[in-house]
Amino acid sequence: MTSLAYSRTRRSVGEQAVRYGLFAAAAVSIVTTTLIILSLLRETIAFFGDVPLGDFLFGTKWTPLLGGDQQSFGVIPLLTGTLYLTAIGLVVAIPLGLLAAIYLSEYAPQRVRRVVKPVLELLAGVPTIVFGYFALVFFTPEVLRGVFGLEVNQFNALSAGIILGLLVLPTIASVAEDALSAVPASLREGAFGLGASKLQVSLRVVFPAALSGVVAALILGASRAVGETVIILVAGGQVARLGTDPTVGYQSMAAFIAATSRGDIPTGSIKFETIFVVGMALFVMTLALNAVSIRLVNRYRQVYE
Amino acid sequence: MKIKTLMPALALVLALGVAACGGDDESSASGGGGGDLSGKIAIDGSSTVAPFAQAAAELFNEENPDVQITVGTSGTGGGFEKFCAGETDISDASRPIKDDEEVPVCEKNSVAYGEVQVANDGIAVVTNKALAVDCLTTDELKQIWNKGSKVKSLADVNPDLPDTQLSLYGPGTDSGTFDFFTDEINGEEGVTREDYEPSEDDNQLVTGVEGDDGGLGYFGFSYYEGAQDQLNLVGIDSGDGCVKPSNETIQDGTYKPLARPLFMYPSKKAIARPEVKAFMEFVVANQADIAKAAKIVPLTEEQVGEAESELQTAEQG
Repeated sequence: MTSLAYSRTRRSVGEQAVRYGLFAAAAVSIVTTTLIILSLLRETIAFFGDVPLGDFLFGTKWTPLLGGDQQSFGVIPLLTGTLYLTAIGLVVAIPLGLLAAIYLSEYAPQRVRRVVKPVLELLAGVPTIVFGYFALVFFTPEVLRGVFGLEVNQFNALSAGIILGLLVLPTIASVAEDALSAVPASLREGAFGLGASKLQVSLRVVFPAALSGVVAALILGASRAVGETVIILVAGGQVARLGTDPTVGYQSMAAFIAATSRGDIPTGSIKFETIFVVGMALFVMTLALNAVSIRLVNRYRQVYE
Repeated sequence: MKIKTLMPALALVLALGVAACGGDDESSASGGGGGDLSGKIAIDGSSTVAPFAQAAAELFNEENPDVQITVGTSGTGGGFEKFCAGETDISDASRPIKDDEEVPVCEKNSVAYGEVQVANDGIAVVTNKALAVDCLTTDELKQIWNKGSKVKSLADVNPDLPDTQLSLYGPGTDSGTFDFFTDEINGEEGVTREDYEPSEDDNQLVTGVEGDDGGLGYFGFSYYEGAQDQLNLVGIDSGDGCVKPSNETIQDGTYKPLARPLFMYPSKKAIARPEVKAFMEFVVANQADIAKAAKIVPLTEEQVGEAESELQTAEQG
């Protein structure tokens, strides 16, 4: 009797401890996110005390680190630079990624798939600094200049963008492949039964059926590209400029943050605050992309579960 | 306070989330080393001198681990502000103290000091090997680098020079090299054209100039020494003919206007403390090694002699 009561208490104490321990583990990510948002907010508010919101959102000159009348806080060049580099990356990553996904899901024999998919995911595990120097010391001089004979600057959007595409390729291919594979076999069998060819089944039945999942894959890839820092920092140049010439360099938002925080910026100065403002803008952008992709994924799940 | 202090703070936030781990083991026995000096030395001032002061502190700590040395980078002016208010022991400076503005503040607060030249600083202007320019005048440099400059090739400033499209590289706006160059060439500190590739990482500047046919850039002379084979060194003509930078022309000041002496100002009150006295003597005695570690141009023998006598005068109070 006593022993039963004892074991019950001990058990419930143990249960409680596990419960709180697990809760603490789960809370870490929430607490961290909240702290990050708070730290961004504080400096962002301080920044907009000095710079009008309109100047930041619509200004076309980004030179926050210069002095006097040369200082300007228009975020447009950073924003377009980020989107431009991302666009180049996606032009590479989307076709390659989707074709790879269709191949793996519909065409590849089991044997091939067992080898190719892990290797593809291995590519996603390559540190981005390696991609960055691959772009800077190999891809720009050897491939762009050597093989294609292009007259590009040492730091240029083309090289950084294409390698950025290679970085997000596995993300897109892998998530899109999951979406395609999740399409019920009955749909395929039905189409085959109607006499459709393999290509027709892949492109006209399976692909449209998995479309929302595929779109989610693309958005995840885009989100990854928008936030990527190191490749652009190393190979994409650090000039915040407007334009579309792919042979020169551009600065992205994430690369600006990294480059600026390496310098000796006095804390509390407006230059210091720009780091957080750009961080906030980047945060809002990727949050929006992720929210859209989560919605799409959910919609797609509702259809097939 | 610099942004680098943010990193530990961020790490702390993350660490707090991960574990409430305890027990710092820092109270391990560290006495009984070479020196038995202890105490704190507060250094602040020029960001150009900071790498030198930092290297000096590290080498000094190898022998005297119990002396805590902090090196701030408030800039030469900001450093003197704190120094003359009696907040720091040693002020780093990339120019002599200003007679009309800073000296009176020091006098008012009765901060007496010595002026010790500890190293020399020089900026190298370099181009890509394919853009083999031998010499540029200070005026041509100004046309290239000044605010609003639309210069696209060297032919725009001098028809005799090649018309390869330039791609410009320079240090980021936080570096002392940037301040010095813009002040001397463009006539006002911090004023520059905006469409050049800035980097705080000098190796990245070397990579850029080396990689672009029209590459032209500037950075601390010592970085050129490490990349001599990859780059073309440009001489500078400030009116008295063309001079190329070298340790000698930077030390004797004939490489104008991009060479200057670098100073440390110890206060007399501080230098009466054994650890500060030992540190300053260490700096002057080992300036060549420290300069090498900090990638900066050392003193000549004559300059070392002057530094020693300056230091002695300061020590006598």
